[in-house]
Amino acid sequence: MTESSHRRIEHLLREHAPRVLGAVLRKFRDFGASEDAVQEALLAAAQQWPRDGVPEDPRAWLIQVASRRITDHVRAEAARRHREELVVSLVPPELQLVLPREGDELAGRDDALVLLFMCCHPALSTATAIALTLRAVGGLTTAEIAKAFLVPETTMAQRISRAKQSIKSSGVPFQKPTPEETGQRLGAVLHVLYLIFSEGYTASSGPELHRTDLSGEAIRLTRMLHTLLPEDGEVAGLLALMLLTDARRAARTGPEGELIPLDVQDRSLWDAGMIEEGVALISATLSKGSLGMYQVQAAIAAVHDEAPRAEDTDWPQILALYGVLMGLSDNPVVALNHAIATAMVHGPEVGLELLKALDAEGRLEESHRLDAVRAHLLERAGRHAEAVAHYREAAERTTSLPERNYLLTQAARLNDAKS
Amino acid sequence: MKMKYMLMMNSPREGAGSIIHWPKEDIHAHIKFMVGFAKKLSGTGELLVAEGLAFPDQAKRVRAGADGKPITDGVFPESKEFLAGYWIVEVDSPERAYDIAAEASAAPGRGGVPLNMAIEVRQVMSGPPPDMM
Repeated sequence: MTESSHRRIEHLLREHAPRVLGAVLRKFRDFGASEDAVQEALLAAAQQWPRDGVPEDPRAWLIQVASRRITDHVRAEAARRHREELVVSLVPPELQLVLPREGDELAGRDDALVLLFMCCHPALSTATAIALTLRAVGGLTTAEIAKAFLVPETTMAQRISRAKQSIKSSGVPFQKPTPEETGQRLGAVLHVLYLIFSEGYTASSGPELHRTDLSGEAIRLTRMLHTLLPEDGEVAGLLALMLLTDARRAARTGPEGELIPLDVQDRSLWDAGMIEEGVALISATLSKGSLGMYQVQAAIAAVHDEAPRAEDTDWPQILALYGVLMGLSDNPVVALNHAIATAMVHGPEVGLELLKALDAEGRLEESHRLDAVRAHLLERAGRHAEAVAHYREAAERTTSLPERNYLLTQAARLNDAKS
Repeated sequence: MKMKYMLMMNSPREGAGSIIHWPKEDIHAHIKFMVGFAKKLSGTGELLVAEGLAFPDQAKRVRAGADGKPITDGVFPESKEFLAGYWIVEVDSPERAYDIAAEASAAPGRGGVPLNMAIEVRQVMSGPPPDMM
């Protein structure tokens, strides 16, 4: 068994996981039991397929094994309680093992979508929705998810089990969301996928900046969603944003895990294929009308990625896009980025004036970002002593180690140059 | 028999966060040492956890008041006594834990001079056997 065929099987399992779970869930209705059974089936496949070969219809194989597990569990439970009639009251086992024939492919696709919407149910906390999505739709094991979020496996197991309980008690039926529901809940789904990507791209805490397994998984799931909803501009926008951001990954850190900012990155390390795909996606989407936040952010990322050198960046266009973004969202971080773009077009002093307005608002008080941006603009304005002070202030307040190291180095570099 | 130890690094004598005033080369040397140290311990399979803590500016000291509500303005330790980060290692002997702590203590500081920070070494208590829980 070669490394690549192992990886192929793993990939195959993740591809099939959501549809298998969807099909099982449609039959048995119990989210917790179905989910456990599918995990067991995936595990069995991971053990048997490398040895015996991949079955002709992998999905049918997985659905059959998972269904059998549920039936077995119900039987064991019933026997223990001397309530054999429970089994009889269920769908007869031979019927359970028959796969739906007509429109099977379509049903499978819809199942994956329903599952994604179920996992990102607005009643669940964001952390829970993320965990459940990775497990049920992504097919990751609890141990893998726990490792990615740096929590003990038992904690993650509890989080997932509580999520399943909430879904059960909320009485959300397993059915295709109406177009109205799709519209309402797609926002939550995209947000969860975006958060999974962000966590993978910039780990919010800890010694390592990247959790590539998570960003890769987020891209894979968003790609799946885009296949299911090809006409949705925001889905395409989010996928483009992820691709255009992830394309820079190799250039983003140095040998000691230190952060390398966009303007000094070695652009030859950027992934040209991902950039091309992202640009094509966002270009096709932008021409269709109705703009959303992810599309605008993807457009900004595309402008950055298309500049062969940092100094070739089309800052007026980026500034215009941030103007659009400010109209769509009341996020102070967007306002901060708008100030940076303004500084790049109209000079650092104009940017610093905009920061004063943000000071007055006070919404970024708790964040070190305002200090970091102010330090950058002060440096560009040649006010080095003030810049050093703000770099240090930002370094004292950030809770990311790579970022702290970066800010400390910036402060020290300017300070050394001065003396 | 493997034993677990927690190695707690206190701030260098100049005080917590004093690194912000070091020259660039010295900061780089210190970061490089810490990254290399963690890599080396991971390589020997002895490192379980290593975390640096945010500077004390971010710290809150919480104690419940008489009404059970938290009070967060307690008396802080002196800045030179602040916990700066910690490692949890799994080693064969206490001596090995002390050796690791000594190596960490000598991380380079200003001008490349070893900081000789105080590292507190405490054994992690083992839990009850799983079947007793």
